[in-house]
Amino acid sequence: MTSLRGLLRKEFFHIRRDKRTAAVLIALPVVQVMLFGYAIRTDVDHVRLAVVDPAPDADTISLRNRFTGSGVFRTIAVVPRIADLDPLFQSGAAQQAIVFDGRFGEDLHRGVSPKLLVITDATEPNTGSLLQSYAQAVVNQWAATGAGGLSGAGGASGGAKSISIVPQVRTRFNPTRESKNLFVPGLMAFVLTIISSLMTAISLTREKETGTMEALLVSPLRPWEIIVGKVTPYLVIGFVSVVAVLVEALLLFRVPLRGNVLLLLFEGALYILVSLSLGILISARTSSQRVAMMFALLGTMLPNILLSGFIFPLESMPTALQVVSYAVPGRWFVTIARGIMLKGIGLEYVWRETLFLAAMAAVLLAASVRSFKERLE
Amino acid sequence: MTNLAIEASALTRTFGAFTAVDHISFDVTAGEVFGFLGANGAGKTTAIRMLIGLLHPSSGSARVAGYDVVRQTEQVKRSIGYMSQRFSLYEDLTPRENIRLYGGIYGLTRQQIRERTARMLDRLGFSGVGDTPVSSLPLGWRQKLAFSVALVHQPRIVFLDEPTSGVDPITRRQFWELIYEAASNGTTVLVTTHYMDEAEYCDRVSIMVAGRIAAMGTPAALKGGAGVESIDELFVRLARPGGAGEASGASGASEGSRTRGAGLVGPADGEQQ
Repeated sequence: MTSLRGLLRKEFFHIRRDKRTAAVLIALPVVQVMLFGYAIRTDVDHVRLAVVDPAPDADTISLRNRFTGSGVFRTIAVVPRIADLDPLFQSGAAQQAIVFDGRFGEDLHRGVSPKLLVITDATEPNTGSLLQSYAQAVVNQWAATGAGGLSGAGGASGGAKSISIVPQVRTRFNPTRESKNLFVPGLMAFVLTIISSLMTAISLTREKETGTMEALLVSPLRPWEIIVGKVTPYLVIGFVSVVAVLVEALLLFRVPLRGNVLLLLFEGALYILVSLSLGILISARTSSQRVAMMFALLGTMLPNILLSGFIFPLESMPTALQVVSYAVPGRWFVTIARGIMLKGIGLEYVWRETLFLAAMAAVLLAASVRSFKERLE
Repeated sequence: MTNLAIEASALTRTFGAFTAVDHISFDVTAGEVFGFLGANGAGKTTAIRMLIGLLHPSSGSARVAGYDVVRQTEQVKRSIGYMSQRFSLYEDLTPRENIRLYGGIYGLTRQQIRERTARMLDRLGFSGVGDTPVSSLPLGWRQKLAFSVALVHQPRIVFLDEPTSGVDPITRRQFWELIYEAASNGTTVLVTTHYMDEAEYCDRVSIMVAGRIAAMGTPAALKGGAGVESIDELFVRLARPGGAGEASGASGASEGSRTRGAGLVGPADGEQQ
C-alpha cells in the first residue's frame, strides 16, 4: 500500500510540474461553461435589422417601433429602396430586413391586405429560420393588438388581421433560455471525456514513450496498482470539474437543478469510470502520445459530442445512427443529467440508463485491466 | 546450487516466424559481472526481458535468484533491479523524488529511504542537485542516477540493458566503477553492451549472434581460444555471415561501422519486438 501511495503522489507531482497542462485542466471547465453560456447559444439576440420604408407614416413607424421595442431587434439602417439592401446583406451589416410596400398604410385603412416582405439571411439555416419566426411573431402581435387602434380607422381591424404574413409560428417563438439549460449536461460529459479519456490515455502512453512504464512493470507493483495509481488523480480532477461546471452554471446562468444533486454526482462518477477505462484501453493499443491523442479525440470526443444529443437531437437522426448512439456513453449520461437537472426526475425514471452506464463501466474496466496484463506477454 | 544467480536452459522466444532468442543456456554465479554482448537485434534485450518477467518464453526455462521466471514472477521482481535501454527515471521529478518513488514502490520504510537517499546523493556527488528536476541534468549524470535508483532496494541481481549507450568515455568509465562497486557488495550484475571494449571489464561474457550464444567464457579464455588480440576482433569474426577467418579484411574500419556492418537482422533498435 505504501508503494501505491508513492505512485499516487508522483502522479500529482507530474500534474503540478506540468504547469501548462495543469492550467488547462483547471481552466477548461470554467472557460467551456462561459463559452457555451454566452457565445454558443442557439437563441437569437441583437438581430441587425434593415428597414425599407418608401412611404413612412404612422402605421409603418408603429410596426418598426414594435420591432425595436421587442429588445431582440436593432435597426441598423432605414433605406428607401429594396435594391439598397443588397450591400447590407452582402457585408453582413444586416441579418434581416422588413420591406414595407409603398401603399402599406393606405391598404391597411382600406381593409385590403397590406404587403410586407421579410427577408432573412439564412447562411446559417437554423438561425435563419429562428429569425424568420421571431419576425413573424412580432408582426402577428402587432396586427392583433396595436395596428387597428393606432391607425385610428374604424374598419381597419379586419384589415389588420389579414396582414399578409402567414401566422403559423407561435409555437416556435420560444423566448430564449432554452439552449442554456440544455447545454450544461452535455458540457459535463464533454469536459469529463477530455479529462478522463484523453488525459489518462496521454499520461499512460507518456510512460510508455519514456520507458518508465517498463520500470513500473518490472517492479513488484501489480497491474491494478499501476492502473489505480495512474488513474486516480484524473478521477479526482474529473470529479472536481463536474462540481465546478455545476456551480458555475447554477450561479452564473441560473440553470435549474431540480433533481437530486447526489444522484447527479453519482452518475457523473459512473461516467468518469467509463471514460477512464476507455483512456486505458486506448493507451494499451497505442505506443505514442500523438496516436493516443488522435484516438481519444476521434474515438471518444467526437461521438460524445455528435451522438450524445448534446448538440444535435438524437430523434432527428437516421435509425442507423441512433443505433450507433447506444454505444456512446455520453448519450446515456446526457439523458440522465438532463432528466435530473431539468425535469427533476429520480432513479425510478433513469434506472435503465444508469444500468447501461454501469454495465459499460464494468465491461470496460475489466477489459482495460486485462489489456494491461497482456502487455507483459 | 544456491550460488547460481541466473540459470537459463534452452530459453527461446519467437515472434511469429522470427526467432529472436534461440535455445540459449547459461549460468551466472552470484557476485559475478556477466557481459551480454551482441549487435543490435542479436536478441540481448529479448533475453533480458524474459529473465525479468516482462516477456514469457516460448519454450525453455530460466531461474533468477532461485525463482522460476514464469511461475514465480513476483519473487523474481522483488529480487532484481533493472535499468532499461531507455531512460527509466521521471524527468520532471527531482533525483530525491525519484529515489523516494522507487524506494516506496519496493516497499522501503521512510527511514530507509531517507538514509539511502542521503548516501546515494553523496556517493554520486549530487548533493547540490538533489532538488533539481532530472531533465536539467547532463545525460551521464542521469544514467548514473538511474543505475543507483535501480539498486535502491539492494537487489541480489541487477540487469543493465545497454546502460552506457550514448554516454561519453569518461562517464562510461565512471559507470563501470559503479558496477564494480555494486559487484564488490555482492550484487550480481548482468550487463548488455555493444561496446566490445567493455567486455574486458566483465568476469565472463557471452557473445550473441542472431539469437544464439556464439561464444562464452572469460575474456582472456575467449581471446586465447580464438587466437585474437581483442574481443572486438573475435566478435567481428563470429558475427560475419561468412563465418570465421574472413574478419581480417574488415579490420581497417572503425569500431562502430564494423559492428553495424556485421549484417545482422533488424532495424537499429528493433530488437524489442
